[in-house]
Amino acid sequence: MTVTRHTPVVAGWFTQGVDEEDFRLLGTRCAACASVFFPREDSFCRNPACGGEELTEVPLSKRGRVWSYTDGRYRPPAPYVSDPDTAWEPYTLVAVELAAEAMVVLGQAVPGVGVAGLAVGAEVEVVPGVLDEDPETGTVWTTWHWRPVLSVRPGEGGEAR
Amino acid sequence: MTGDMAAGHMARNDMAADGMAAGDMVAGDMAVGEMTEGHMAPGEPGARDIAVLGAGMHPWGKWGRGFVEYGTVAAREALADAGVEWRDVQSVVGADTVRGGYPGYVAGATFAQALGWQGARVTSVYAACASGAQAIATARAQILAGLADVVLVVGADAAPKGFFAPAGGDRPDDPDWLRFRVLGATNPTYFALYARRRMALHGDTPHDFALVKVKNAAAGALNPRARYRKAVTAEEVAGSAVVADPLRLLDICATSDGGAALVLSSMEFARRHGATDPVRIRAVSTVTPTYPKAVLDLPDIATDSAAVVAPAPHTFRASIARAAYEEAGIGPEDLSLAEVYDLSTALELEWYEDLGLCGAGEGAKLVREGITALGGRIPVNTSGGLASFGEAVPAQAIAQVCELTWQLRGTAGGRQVPGARVGITANQGLFGHGSAVVAVR
Repeated sequence: MTVTRHTPVVAGWFTQGVDEEDFRLLGTRCAACASVFFPREDSFCRNPACGGEELTEVPLSKRGRVWSYTDGRYRPPAPYVSDPDTAWEPYTLVAVELAAEAMVVLGQAVPGVGVAGLAVGAEVEVVPGVLDEDPETGTVWTTWHWRPVLSVRPGEGGEAR
Repeated sequence: MTGDMAAGHMARNDMAADGMAAGDMVAGDMAVGEMTEGHMAPGEPGARDIAVLGAGMHPWGKWGRGFVEYGTVAAREALADAGVEWRDVQSVVGADTVRGGYPGYVAGATFAQALGWQGARVTSVYAACASGAQAIATARAQILAGLADVVLVVGADAAPKGFFAPAGGDRPDDPDWLRFRVLGATNPTYFALYARRRMALHGDTPHDFALVKVKNAAAGALNPRARYRKAVTAEEVAGSAVVADPLRLLDICATSDGGAALVLSSMEFARRHGATDPVRIRAVSTVTPTYPKAVLDLPDIATDSAAVVAPAPHTFRASIARAAYEEAGIGPEDLSLAEVYDLSTALELEWYEDLGLCGAGEGAKLVREGITALGGRIPVNTSGGLASFGEAVPAQAIAQVCELTWQLRGTAGGRQVPGARVGITANQGLFGHGSAVVAVR
């Protein structure tokens, strides 16, 4: 009998132990130049005009707009975890533009959202999700997912920025 | 054949007409090849030319043999083409594969051993898809610095079947490992993100993408070194399986075995050797991006933030070509042909824009109107491109220069661009390795 443990697939990339509304991706901000980094930089600012060495954790915007999207129709190789004995279920990938940070962040869409449910320019929000589970150790690997805020009717296209 | 597909890269931009001192140096009444370093001051285009004495390739395919054999076949062909004895080569530069146990047996010395130890200076370089350009850049730097007169450049790979995957183990500090572990983001998914973005931004259609495959397959059918030598129709592309929406199997390049080699020399060595009018390499661009890199690029999970520092007016991929144009003293209007890295059909359209062959968003128009086909105003991927070759990573950027060499010599057979004088190659290596070569004759 194993105890289920929820463990982030990467430590420090998103909030833990908060409800869905407060869930955020976590980046860092340079104390000197205010540049934001995700994935987080904890030691050195990468702005070549800065050289700062003090970076503090900062939550990223919860909502953004779809920059682009696609899906994976074939099983990706390891280290992606999937059961080779079950039929492959395509996942959906979304690249999301965050206005305040002026950056694009990739993520999987929440399960059940396919490419037909997305459009460039559509609003999405970040929510907690499960990447995979390891039945042997009882570990549930958690991640972030992008979820459409408003449903987009197929064929409506998107207002690309 | 599912999953028999490859690696790659990305970005976007326009660049077009903002005066790069373009034709000034090379157009006019003087043909490019008539300029010799004897007539010009240091720093003038042509003053730092090196000669391409020989080019060779092992045909691309899935041959089931080792990369050393492919590279050795290519090297021997290039040496024979140059009329240079291997024993007289002063330096060998290997573009490394990451396959074959100890990564690529660290390629330079492995090729030197296979050809027969003769004591030459050795260099081994790795820059993912841009490895070949780095090898050429290294050889060129040695020649221009006077460290060697004649250098052999070799790259070869024996690619695994299926998606390219990161090295094994549990390595959460590696962005390439992370994108697979966290997102399952294979290379084709990145290609698909750009393709979808083009559709939304510019109105490109899957049919436009298919036209790139049709064009490149038609050229590849004329190239005895290509892996795929059959014409392909747009219907066949549309009928192939979706790999990553909206891209289908025939939109995405395969992974291949292959080898390519060049014999490069100083202009002085070329003259003494009797090569009076060799193809010359006039520029090699190996730029990195500038911060903030605002276009998602594999293996990135996010772009840099552009909130504090404004991005450069030209994206990384556009800057690769701009650096090459600037060094060569030419502009896009001077090109006779281009070899670009068509990891996907849609990506070739982005290169048109990044090379300045058209404005932003106009790439599809070029392929629709046949402008980039053989016989068009500016043929692109006359070799057949990755669409016809598949990708043999460390050999590919060298193979691009082999094609320029044959085109500029006028020996490209059925795919010859009449009167070709100036060509450019463009490519991008994972993690931020720019790669472009300008060759002239």
